[in-house]
Amino acid sequence: MLIDLPISELSEKLRSKTVTSVDIISECYDQIEAHESKLNSFITLVDRETAIAKAKAIDETIATHASPLAGIPYVMKDAYLTRGVRTTAASKILDSFIPPYSATVHRKLEEAGAILIGKMNMDAWGHGASTENTDYGPTKNPWDQERSAGGSGGGPAAAIAARFCSFGIGEDTGGSIRNPAAWNNISAMKVTYGRVSRYGAIAYASSLDTMGPTAKTAQDCAYVLETIAGVDPYDATSSPKPVPPYTKEIGASSKGKKIALPSEFFGDALDPEIKAAIMEAREVFESAGAEVTEVSLPLLEYGVPVYYILAPSETSSNLSRYDGVRYGGKRSLFTKENKRRIMTGTYALSSGYYDAYYKKAQKVRSLFISEYTKLLSQYDAILSPVTPIMPSKFGELLDDPMKNMMADLYTVTVNIVGLPSLSLPCGFGKTNLPIGMQLVGNMFSESTLFALGHTYQQKTDWHTRQPTLVSSK
Amino acid sequence: MTKSDPLTTNDIDKIARLANLPLNEAQARELTEQVGVTVSYVSELQTLATDNVTETSQVTGMENVLREDEIDTTRMFSQEEALSNAKRTHNGFFVVDRVLEEK
Repeated sequence: MLIDLPISELSEKLRSKTVTSVDIISECYDQIEAHESKLNSFITLVDRETAIAKAKAIDETIATHASPLAGIPYVMKDAYLTRGVRTTAASKILDSFIPPYSATVHRKLEEAGAILIGKMNMDAWGHGASTENTDYGPTKNPWDQERSAGGSGGGPAAAIAARFCSFGIGEDTGGSIRNPAAWNNISAMKVTYGRVSRYGAIAYASSLDTMGPTAKTAQDCAYVLETIAGVDPYDATSSPKPVPPYTKEIGASSKGKKIALPSEFFGDALDPEIKAAIMEAREVFESAGAEVTEVSLPLLEYGVPVYYILAPSETSSNLSRYDGVRYGGKRSLFTKENKRRIMTGTYALSSGYYDAYYKKAQKVRSLFISEYTKLLSQYDAILSPVTPIMPSKFGELLDDPMKNMMADLYTVTVNIVGLPSLSLPCGFGKTNLPIGMQLVGNMFSESTLFALGHTYQQKTDWHTRQPTLVSSK
Repeated sequence: MTKSDPLTTNDIDKIARLANLPLNEAQARELTEQVGVTVSYVSELQTLATDNVTETSQVTGMENVLREDEIDTTRMFSQEEALSNAKRTHNGFFVVDRVLEEK
């Protein structure tokens, strides 16, 4: 399939006219028609004729497009405003909402000539780790349709694994890009806070939200991030730091790189199959000349409590704007999980409890920043699992707040500190379910992480494996 | 719910009013238990010493990001665009529920 090819190769073929964008887009829609009914990854599918018309226009003008993303099909988590294309955040509150403007990330990708083919399923408003807390029916895992595709961005991840598109744009507040990447056998970059503009992204928790790429490989993610990163006058928290040429720097050697392996990530909560896969990955890095050292990150267990104070508090504030007056439906339409988080956050911010919960969590956030800063002053990256558990069966995480929270154990601390984290496929369990690992780096060290990830993907072939659903017709 | 920090249905009613969330009795009962579980779990943080620690509210390290106070016409809505998603409009305005009672 064309869509199996890396973005760099597709782009070259488009330029040499050995392949057309119409060919690529047609293949994606054929694939969607064959398999989407088994997965439910889309909330809104752009109609085929519209996408083909765009592809034709790109084919005719390909020589004038500087971006390697021109003519390449992509999807967005339905948390991004796309002018003229329905945007729901997977909530019935926004069921008929047609945005009158576009998110900066969407605008940049349109300008690059990339072709949007759909708005994807997620946990409503980003609340969840399984794409079950959605008003549009759960997204099924392409590797086992009795299991969840992860969350909150299960839709975009499943679509990439099922070869419906080349890349996707996710949004990570506590693991929403990385967890589905791990459960679908794809690669994804949760960027440094501020690296990519949040303008036009529907806010979950504003001090934690980050926008990032998901694709088959680290290298494809680098192409996308190069396009979407950078300062934006419409987002005052976007960073003015220059965007490095990620795709040029990705070939950097891993020799002598120092990788930390914190023992707290390998405790009783961790599934033994995942542990074994990470230990194998460790050996791959060592064989590439990196030095892996066991270290300690004693605060880890406090990450989930900090997150489950800060994120619900911020979301209770952000979601208070949905009053059904200027747009959208009534507040009674929030899902159970939405209500749990709004109520928890409102409690944590309420008079008499603010100091004990919200302020306390902000202080512990500072402790996390010092602990990570100290560790990352001595190491280039921290290697850890993405999730403690294998892809969950439907219902396992629903209605059990504790289980739901613990699924985020290894991902949330990164958001609290603001660090980048690259999630990569690193093996399979006995029942052929994918396993993911993450490499966490210093603020704005995406380039280092891409290079480590690229090295790993040159030495392994996990990322090339496809669910049987894709090859069957 | 834990013994140390139980939430009552009265607490939940009060929070629901603050959050402007309409809850029926069954939902309120369920949330009393579930929010209670979350709250008692996050209370684990109380065991950490943070006496001389300052709070972190954002991680960018940036302060006072300013712009010129000028109109940016590229991001202005027409009245029609601004109203395009409203369920109830009248003569180019949003229609809202009455908040003042007649005497």
